[in-house]
Amino acid sequence: MLAYIIRRVLYAIPILVGVNLITFLLFFIVNTPDDMARMQLGTKRVTPDAIEKWKADHGYDKPLFWNAKEKSLTKTIFFEKSLKLFAFDFGAAEDGRDIANEIATRMWPSLALALPVFLVGLAVNITFAMLMAFFRATYLDFWGVVLCVAMMSISALFYIIGGQYVASKVWHLVPISGFDSGLQAVKFLVLPALIGVIAGIGSGGRWYRTLFLEEMSRDYVRTARAKGLAEATVLFRHVLKNAMIPILTGVVVVIPLLFMGSLLSESFFGIPGLGSYTIDAIQAQDFAVVRSMVFIGSLLYIAGLLLTDLSYTLVDPRIRLE
Amino acid sequence: MPFAPVVLATDLLLWALVLAIAFYGWYCRRRPHLAAPWKRVFQSRAALITSVVLACYAVIGLADSLHFRLKLEGGNAYSPEVLSVLDLALSGLRERREKTYSAPLATRLYAKEQVELPDGKMSREFPRLRHGGAHLDDESRAAGDILLKGTTGLLIALLVSAAVFLVTKNRWRTAALTFGVILAVALPVALLARGYHVLGTDKVGTDVLYQALKSIRVSLAIGTLTTLVLLPLGITLGVMAGYFRGWIDDAIQYLYTTLNSIPGVLLIAACVLMMQVFVDRHPEWFDTAAQRADFRLLVLCGVLGLTSWTGLARLLRGESLKLSQLEFIQAAHAFGVSDTRILGRHILPNVAHIVIITLVMDFSALVLAEAVLSYVGVGVDPATTSFGTMINAARLEMGREPIVWWSLAAAFIFMFVLVLAANLLADAVRDGFDPRVRVGTVPV
Repeated sequence: MLAYIIRRVLYAIPILVGVNLITFLLFFIVNTPDDMARMQLGTKRVTPDAIEKWKADHGYDKPLFWNAKEKSLTKTIFFEKSLKLFAFDFGAAEDGRDIANEIATRMWPSLALALPVFLVGLAVNITFAMLMAFFRATYLDFWGVVLCVAMMSISALFYIIGGQYVASKVWHLVPISGFDSGLQAVKFLVLPALIGVIAGIGSGGRWYRTLFLEEMSRDYVRTARAKGLAEATVLFRHVLKNAMIPILTGVVVVIPLLFMGSLLSESFFGIPGLGSYTIDAIQAQDFAVVRSMVFIGSLLYIAGLLLTDLSYTLVDPRIRLE
Repeated sequence: MPFAPVVLATDLLLWALVLAIAFYGWYCRRRPHLAAPWKRVFQSRAALITSVVLACYAVIGLADSLHFRLKLEGGNAYSPEVLSVLDLALSGLRERREKTYSAPLATRLYAKEQVELPDGKMSREFPRLRHGGAHLDDESRAAGDILLKGTTGLLIALLVSAAVFLVTKNRWRTAALTFGVILAVALPVALLARGYHVLGTDKVGTDVLYQALKSIRVSLAIGTLTTLVLLPLGITLGVMAGYFRGWIDDAIQYLYTTLNSIPGVLLIAACVLMMQVFVDRHPEWFDTAAQRADFRLLVLCGVLGLTSWTGLARLLRGESLKLSQLEFIQAAHAFGVSDTRILGRHILPNVAHIVIITLVMDFSALVLAEAVLSYVGVGVDPATTSFGTMINAARLEMGREPIVWWSLAAAFIFMFVLVLAANLLADAVRDGFDPRVRVGTVPV
């Protein structure tokens, strides 16, 4: 088991190097630092001096891979901007703030929103899907599926805008947007969390329903029915347990990514998490932040893949990781 | 009217796609084994209904994909404004601009203004619209006029669809009925649109109905052109990984795990940001603003394709891994058939159903993605009308007092119908093509 984990962690390194290379290619080869400087300074009235100054300020005034003047590999853009990410040294954002610091503080509001959405959403989706599977091939099931398809055809933007309008402007239940520390934050988080759950029911419910129905066509289900078990027992005792493997495949991988927050909700509701940080960075064209978030995102995704494999051993004793 | 045709890159590709689909249809028609799954698909009523709806969208989108520039009056120069056939058809909607917001079917503006009365006094009131209901002498008759035009449209629609319904037979009647319903909505709207703003106007007074219709092209382009990048990558890499195995498999798996591990929005954002810098550096490439916006749309399709081929590749890898173990492939090997021939003649046709299912399923996801990306600011050019830019502009209007809801409602309805139709068609296609699903044998 331990050997397996170590092997997987080692396997993650080439992937992270690949991610790094891709971002490096995108950010420095396709566009030179000069272009970035021009963009940040605005296209008009850019003097070569201003560009040089911007590059010097942000550390882009070095060669890409090999510093011939100083005869060193470390005083290059590749080392300082890309390799240092591995040491979680993200450098400073455009406004001068330390990115690592910012990420550490913004992670918690993100998690405070994403975790409830994830847990409640999972419970709601599975319950809904179970109900549809239980009443399969009836009108209840049919209309359940229709509802799911209709709900997944609505853009997430509409859920947010509509929910915000109804709950905050018409009913005045919760503040429209904002955030607070500690327990005070709850009143700001209820609505986005609820909207997150509702927006996920469509695709989630349908996905789990197919999953359960597939599981219900297995032989063991017929055996269970043949020995006289009630349909509910078959469903909740046997099918649910056996469906854990496919459920975990889709679910565990996103757990680490919860730290990344949700882009849309956070920016609409003014929650100072990583999602809104990312959006702000994209809109301000802050390359340093985007680069850091790409790195962290891939790191968390790889962690998610590893966790998925490990979780299989928990639910299925037949699986041994060697 | 003299004009100079303008061929935008996405126009060309969209029309090429139409030709390709037509060719595929003709090819299938002559081969019963290829036509059979499609027949199964269109046995379902949902598939028939949704294809009629999607066809309407496609007609609008394609009419919006024939561009030209009109000759300016006097002189040899052409207008810098690039128009499409759709613009020409909707020239009334495009030209009848108001000053600012006006509600659907309204005759007066939505904001009070200082107006000079005939006797010289100033007064603050809601001024009459320049075009909405301007044909009426007495605006209190507007309700009656709207009702009259609406019923006329409805009656004509009923007559036409009844005629269509009577000449069609069997299953085609479902399609005819759908067509009738669409007509019953479209005709009254078309009649009313001549004198009113059926869906109101936005902040700068543009007709919202016009915007919604113009948005369709972007959605269709994103949903379909992305496949031009997605397909070659997904098919070649996926099939090769599954068939050749060994180091090729390792390399391709590494490639798609790496790409997959980058959060999608961030990868797209990074690519689009970089492209923006690139475009800013080469202003000489583009004659008109329309061409620049079009280039951005094309790049967006490319980027979306680059980030979404991994799913298809993984599916195809698994399937061709399974196929390459089967007897008929082993036999082909034994007969000394070359790898390329085995891939082309035996593997590819046997994974085609996966490709088709994935393509149809991806369409709706891509349409939805466009809206989100445009909201984040890495979608289409801000000057291009798309559902994303419409929502983005309208979301601030929700905070106004009184609320301006019609832009959002229009984007919602048009998008919802498109995505819902695509989703339902995707389900029907999956049921028709999936070899595991056969009507009657599935224990549901």
